[in-house]
Amino acid sequence: MAGVSVLVLRAAGTNCDGETCHAWERAGAAPQRVHIRELAESPHKLAEYAILTLPGGFSYGDDIGAGRILASQLARHLGDAIREFVRRDRLVLGICNGFQALAKAGLLSGDGSGAAPADVTLCDNEPPGFQDRWVTLRAAERTRCAFLEPGRAYELPIAHGEGRVRFANEAAERAAIAEGRAALLYCRPAAGAAADVEAVEGPFNPNGSTSDIAGLCDSTGRIFGLMPHPERFVIGTQHPCWTSRPAREDGDGLAIFEQAVRRFR
Amino acid sequence: MSDTRSTNPSDSADRVARIEVALRPDAPDQTLLRRIQEAGLTAVREARARRVYLLEGDLTPEAVQQIAGRELSDPVAESVHVAWSTGEVRTLPRSASVEVHPRPGVMDPVALSALAELQAAGFPVRSVRTARRYLAIGESIDDDALARCVSQALANAGVDEVIPGSAGVTPAPRPKSAENALRRVPIRGQSDESLLELSRRGHLFLNLAEMQAIRAHFDALQRDPTDLEMETIAQTWSEHCVHKTLKSAVRYRGSAFPDADGRTDSGEVEVRFGNLLKDTIAAATHALIAERRGPECLSVFVDNAGVIGLDESHGIAFKVETHNRPSAIEPYGGAATGIGGCIRDVMGCGLGARPIANTDVFCVAPGDWPAAVLPRGVLHPDRVLRGVVRGVADYGNRMGIPTVNGAVQFDPRYLGNPLVFCGCVGLIPRNRVEKRVAAGDSIVVAGGRTGRDGIHGATFSSAEITDTHAGEFSSAVQVGNAITQKRLLDALLAARDATGGCLYSAVTDCGAGGLSSAVGEMGATVGADVELDGVLLKYAGLRYDEIWISEAQERMVLAVPPERLAALERIFQAEQVEFSVIGRFGLTDEHGAARLRVRHADVVVGDLAMDFLHDGLPKREATAAWRAGAAKPIDQAARRDWPTRLLQALSCTNTKSREWIIRSYDHEVQGASVIKPLMGPGAGPCDAAVLRPIPGSQRGIAIGCGLAPHLSDVDPYWMACAAIDEAIRNVVCVGGDPAQLALLDNFSWGRCDDEEVYGALVRACRACHDSALIHGAPFISGKDSLSNEFALHAADVPALLDELRRRGVTEAILERIRRTGRLMIPHTLLISAVAVVPDVRRCLSSDLKQPGAALLAVGGLPETGYSRRTADRVHRFVAAQIADGHIRACHDMSGGGVLTAVAEMAIGGRRGVQLAEELAASAAAWGRVVAGYVVEAPDPALLMQRAADASVAIRSLGVVREDDRFVADGAELRVGDLAAAWRGRDV
Repeated sequence: MAGVSVLVLRAAGTNCDGETCHAWERAGAAPQRVHIRELAESPHKLAEYAILTLPGGFSYGDDIGAGRILASQLARHLGDAIREFVRRDRLVLGICNGFQALAKAGLLSGDGSGAAPADVTLCDNEPPGFQDRWVTLRAAERTRCAFLEPGRAYELPIAHGEGRVRFANEAAERAAIAEGRAALLYCRPAAGAAADVEAVEGPFNPNGSTSDIAGLCDSTGRIFGLMPHPERFVIGTQHPCWTSRPAREDGDGLAIFEQAVRRFR
Repeated sequence: MSDTRSTNPSDSADRVARIEVALRPDAPDQTLLRRIQEAGLTAVREARARRVYLLEGDLTPEAVQQIAGRELSDPVAESVHVAWSTGEVRTLPRSASVEVHPRPGVMDPVALSALAELQAAGFPVRSVRTARRYLAIGESIDDDALARCVSQALANAGVDEVIPGSAGVTPAPRPKSAENALRRVPIRGQSDESLLELSRRGHLFLNLAEMQAIRAHFDALQRDPTDLEMETIAQTWSEHCVHKTLKSAVRYRGSAFPDADGRTDSGEVEVRFGNLLKDTIAAATHALIAERRGPECLSVFVDNAGVIGLDESHGIAFKVETHNRPSAIEPYGGAATGIGGCIRDVMGCGLGARPIANTDVFCVAPGDWPAAVLPRGVLHPDRVLRGVVRGVADYGNRMGIPTVNGAVQFDPRYLGNPLVFCGCVGLIPRNRVEKRVAAGDSIVVAGGRTGRDGIHGATFSSAEITDTHAGEFSSAVQVGNAITQKRLLDALLAARDATGGCLYSAVTDCGAGGLSSAVGEMGATVGADVELDGVLLKYAGLRYDEIWISEAQERMVLAVPPERLAALERIFQAEQVEFSVIGRFGLTDEHGAARLRVRHADVVVGDLAMDFLHDGLPKREATAAWRAGAAKPIDQAARRDWPTRLLQALSCTNTKSREWIIRSYDHEVQGASVIKPLMGPGAGPCDAAVLRPIPGSQRGIAIGCGLAPHLSDVDPYWMACAAIDEAIRNVVCVGGDPAQLALLDNFSWGRCDDEEVYGALVRACRACHDSALIHGAPFISGKDSLSNEFALHAADVPALLDELRRRGVTEAILERIRRTGRLMIPHTLLISAVAVVPDVRRCLSSDLKQPGAALLAVGGLPETGYSRRTADRVHRFVAAQIADGHIRACHDMSGGGVLTAVAEMAIGGRRGVQLAEELAASAAAWGRVVAGYVVEAPDPALLMQRAADASVAIRSLGVVREDDRFVADGAELRVGDLAAAWRGRDV
């Protein structure tokens, strides 16, 4: 099938590449797993794809810091290629570890030109510790993010220990919110929903993230990183309440992949 | 500030730079503060942690500033301080300081990753070391006091060095070079006493008969063995590798075994088993295969994992390991390398299975154990549990394998020997289940490098632990590197699935016993010729025997046809996996008998006949005895009003929520989860996990477990039956097919030189045999860990006995401790179950769903003396009703009885329940049972009719309510109260 071509970038320790490829396939795209060594050797190959995805995992063990080493490698080998890629209206998606790497490489900061140093990062959760649980999210009302439907709610799982968004200073935070770059937010479930999340699972913002930010995009809306895992909710039976709800074929996460694919149709 | 290691910088051309990373702003760390205060330093008011990097190389200040600010820290959130000499190391006013450094040779993944990255970025760095620094402020807290506290709570002597103050800026210690001349062990003509002394001193753990067999063998050869040969034999003959107790002949005298209906002849029997394992557990499996009952068995007992059929093109591999000893000494590293090794077993099953799920079961003493009554050599159970959970989480999460199922069992007798069971499930193509080493294949070692870590793990696991073990066996304790193994997995699967066919003819894990065991086993029939010079080392200076028996983690051995080496190399290089060729399979003597020859620096350091190595172990004939005693299952707590009693039952240590553990594991990575550990709007507990491993297919795998150590003292026969029944129930609850269900056994036992202990083992094995046949559920793999006893320091015994008595341990058990000076675990048999799920859309969770629906109890039999034929009818009935869609929620009625099960279902569904009159007051509401289920049924009349037709007991329990009231016998609770009790505080 000659669908929208997606490059799923992997490195040592990437471990969500399989299900991320599956999610892209389900959304009608044609994903291909490529090792970062291969791409670093010939960065021009990136131009052959419509979408670049950095899947979740523990790249290089998250040694030194989550996504830190991958971020250095991106900046060193692929910074220019990615900026050129985005200039040509292509899309970049970083999930969990991929988000951490994008942020630390400075690709989600300021104007995204890479000229300024990174002004946002992801720190240890507060309260600390790795957590796997489901959260309710809402896309910002006025976001340009190419992957989200403004105002839409999503239920997705998180699984991370370093997901607290933190800006270098208040100005950077205010700018991100004002420009709609704070694209995806943790929120309380809609009134009347069966679950009172806080009673069951703890605070609706699971990691103490600044302004409840779960996902950020760059100023073009074409580079998007998020801590939750949309690829883990593309079929109905992946939801922790599927056995008690009306049957559904697809999960909320699939919409994120589909929205991106539609752009190239 | 202490600095005992400073040296003259002119010793080396390299410069050493120290980088210390702090948070910005430098806020105190509340979690760290709590842990320091919990460890007894209550005067500490503020605590901070720092990361420290020590770099060596041809470094300039500019380069180090760049490294510090851009590569090793996060400029948005952290600040750095660089020091070039000890005097420049910054102190914090009024703060005490301590540093924790990995001991030389201990795996340091962060240092390895940092070094690789800095070199790739072009910095002239030759070595990186890391350390943690803790700073604390408080009244009269000095470096030494803080160091004592950190040693106890935040570091482990087995792998860490704790330095009061700071180690300063010092070059890395140079590894000591080894004496590598050939060493022989004089064994010919030695007296029996000398043989035993030799075994003891060399940590060989061989008994007299075994030592005599070795002496006789070398007498005949007219030479003495080399040290490497002695080690090779000890590893191969270790309990860990060969299961000599379970495979030995045993004469059992004692109580008769019950029949399928639970009846036992009153008389005593005498039974001889030629090979206990073969005559019981394996015999049942082979009988079931012959009768074509149960799942399709693709590989049983012969490989690193058992394999059953899933669909027409895939099989499921399953292995569960114990890692008790290392975890007792270093919980974090022990559990991490435990799960790591089990994952490698699955990777090394057939030509390689892809790991898709992990399981973990921990048995520990209660967390409220008083620190003052801790025998020397024992870690506090709370620390053990936190450590092992973190170990499994860090390793499994990093490898991207979801940890989906498990259990935690509390009993005071696990104090000295906590049990750590780690399991791994893999998906394997049917045409990759068979492997065969061919003569002429190259011997390839791939993955991590070989170091001095993990010496004597296999033989150590044969020993009981003593109060001095932590020091004596610290080399057996290791830290893992999950990413090295993840790379190895990626490379291995790429080579397995290469176009043109698998690039190797066999593969196995290089775990216990190291190369000695892996190469020895792979070459058992064709022989092997090894050159140790080819092994890639972590550092120079290893002795040849250390290289040979090192159990350094993350290594696997492959047999590769020479013409495929080049293709293999391309794949491994692309995945950044190191490998080396260390010899060739295929070596026979003039009579065609297989040999194992090992050379180092052109000297033959070992040359053994494979048949002696693998068949020379003297056969034992043991005696075992067991007589039914007076012990009865411990009675439930005294009658109280049901609300109080229910809240207590939900919050007791063995029932309460494991959410803090479950959520620290990534249980959803790979996206295959269908039934998760917690489900429903109230996140209630599910009985087993279900995965849907093949995208596009609705076929699934259910994974569950069972254990019943509370019955060990009553009768190990019924203990085993109860564990098996629980494992089956758990997978049936979620939609597993009992007709396609396989079991795994993991025995953790005491010392079998006590014939009562051995007798208990015989009874449990016989129960496994009998139950497997009755339920049509074959055992496909297993593992045992014996000698789980802790040799107490005499001075610690009285206080321990008092505490055990206070916790309800019986006089008979206290008397045994007094007599032997050892604390033995309750005999513990973990049963793991895996079942095929025909269609995952039919799967069930335990949470209540539909207001107005009926709640019913199905089955329910007493824990001992019950009819397993009846039990089996119950399991198959429930499974059939689930498959037909007549049940909406299903929960195992085990631990706390009916009422606790209903309460857990209410918590998950956030729905109340109206219970039938008089239920809460009845004994049936509380007692432990087997073969019992609580189900929610939309059409109770139909279900009751079907149950009657199938001769299965069923009774109505009540109805699901619209609101959150849990009502019975005129009293009530809110579901929120139940949830609060069940969640409680952290363990």
